[in-house]
Amino acid sequence: MNLPSNQTRHLAGPEALAREIPDGACIGLPPDYSPVAMEVVRALVRRGAKDLKLIGVPVLGLCADILIGAGCVREVETSAVTLGEAGLAPRFTEAAESKRLRIVDATCPMIHTGLQATEKGVPFMPLRGVLGSDLVKHHPDWKTIDNPYAPGDPILLAKAIVPDVALFHARWADAAGNVWVGRRGELATIAHASKACYVSYEELKPGDMLEDELLAPGCIGSVYVTAVAPAPRGAWPLGVPGAYGIDDAHLMHYARLAKTAAGFRQYLDEFVFKTVAA
Amino acid sequence: MSYAKEELLAVTIARLIGDARHVAVGAASPIPAMAVFLLREKNHGIPRVSLLQKRSGNPFTEGSRELFDLAGQGRIDVFFLGGAQIDGEANINLVETEGKRFPGSFGSAFMYFAAGKTILFREEHSPRVLVKKVDFVSAPGWSPPDVERRGGPAALLTGKALFLWQKDQHRFRLESVHPDSSAEDVRANTGFDYDAPATAPRTAAPTSEELDLIRGPVARVIAENYPGFAKRVWAL
Repeated sequence: MNLPSNQTRHLAGPEALAREIPDGACIGLPPDYSPVAMEVVRALVRRGAKDLKLIGVPVLGLCADILIGAGCVREVETSAVTLGEAGLAPRFTEAAESKRLRIVDATCPMIHTGLQATEKGVPFMPLRGVLGSDLVKHHPDWKTIDNPYAPGDPILLAKAIVPDVALFHARWADAAGNVWVGRRGELATIAHASKACYVSYEELKPGDMLEDELLAPGCIGSVYVTAVAPAPRGAWPLGVPGAYGIDDAHLMHYARLAKTAAGFRQYLDEFVFKTVAA
Repeated sequence: MSYAKEELLAVTIARLIGDARHVAVGAASPIPAMAVFLLREKNHGIPRVSLLQKRSGNPFTEGSRELFDLAGQGRIDVFFLGGAQIDGEANINLVETEGKRFPGSFGSAFMYFAAGKTILFREEHSPRVLVKKVDFVSAPGWSPPDVERRGGPAALLTGKALFLWQKDQHRFRLESVHPDSSAEDVRANTGFDYDAPATAPRTAAPTSEELDLIRGPVARVIAENYPGFAKRVWAL
């Protein structure tokens, strides 16, 4: 398999990024504490995206709950779906309990390991632990082998995970197409392992951040980045470390409303459909 | 000196942590965090603590993968896990039971093996939570001898009692009962069988020195990270 070497395109905004993500795509997404491209997620709902598969790296939160509730999702593979302090993810829970969503349950380091295999271009990678968990019985892509270097030592393999799309939000992008994510290493892992990578950003920096020794270590190089687009406060109601925090009151409001299908509809009308400037 | 239930649970966890060097505390775990910060006050900043849910000043620079990589190397001595269900063989279930869906297994299936020891902690002590056999094994309490496993359960602490894990028997043993419960109450509310002494002792109360530390410097640091909890327990 060949992964692309990109000439990053600069797009107009979140709607343009959402148009690039096709129905049926398998999307790698970060957890709520790592910048999520929430405005692009809302744009996916607005454009009526269908049959998406979401991979939580390593867990999913608000963005998955909204996409599931809006009927955009066919399947999730994740180690958990949670709204953190705001409690259970209500639309995920409802879809799971009514069996309307295919769920592949995983455990955090197996997701990271599967993506790291793709980063290295190898078909699988081993991980200790996990054996004896029912996760191993149910997961279609995990296999146990005998350690070839020390027979009699069973060890679990994660098959390489190749998302069609990496989607996240960054503090900065630059004219050269690099994006700065600071210490949020899981975003780099998703970007490195995906066939395409779409990033919304807070602010554009002129020039090339890779020429700045202090910024470069927090960057994902443009070779991995398919397209970027501006979305100021685009992670809201989630946060961007160092720029703005998670809007806890809004998350609580969402958790209360989304308990029912009608409440969730009301939320979409107010915060997803109404805010669009087209 | 009177004390809150949370303070009793925290000093009990502190005793279980003992002389560990590095303790990792997951999301929504203010009581384990209290225990670690109490030890740090007593022992001049030991053990090291990594608060995984911390929104700023999180200890990792490589992203969420780093916790698992360093646990896999043996750099984390103590971790905490709970469960929607916990059974008598220390298996935990974080996925589903009787058609009810929970968030998922998180890193449990790995951390339960990789951390030096795991303290199982769940305040609700009922036959609904403490079951004979979990409906889904997110992470197994023990492994056959050919499976490499650094750590496993050390104890199970609930709102009623403390059980210690007996590694060779794959069974819990009742260690102590909290002052507001009794051995009969514990037996009646536990869905699995366990060993117990003829007379179970009371869980040791916090000392006045421990309570002074908890309500002073420990409460201040907890309030920064778990404001809702600190408000409820200490009206901070």
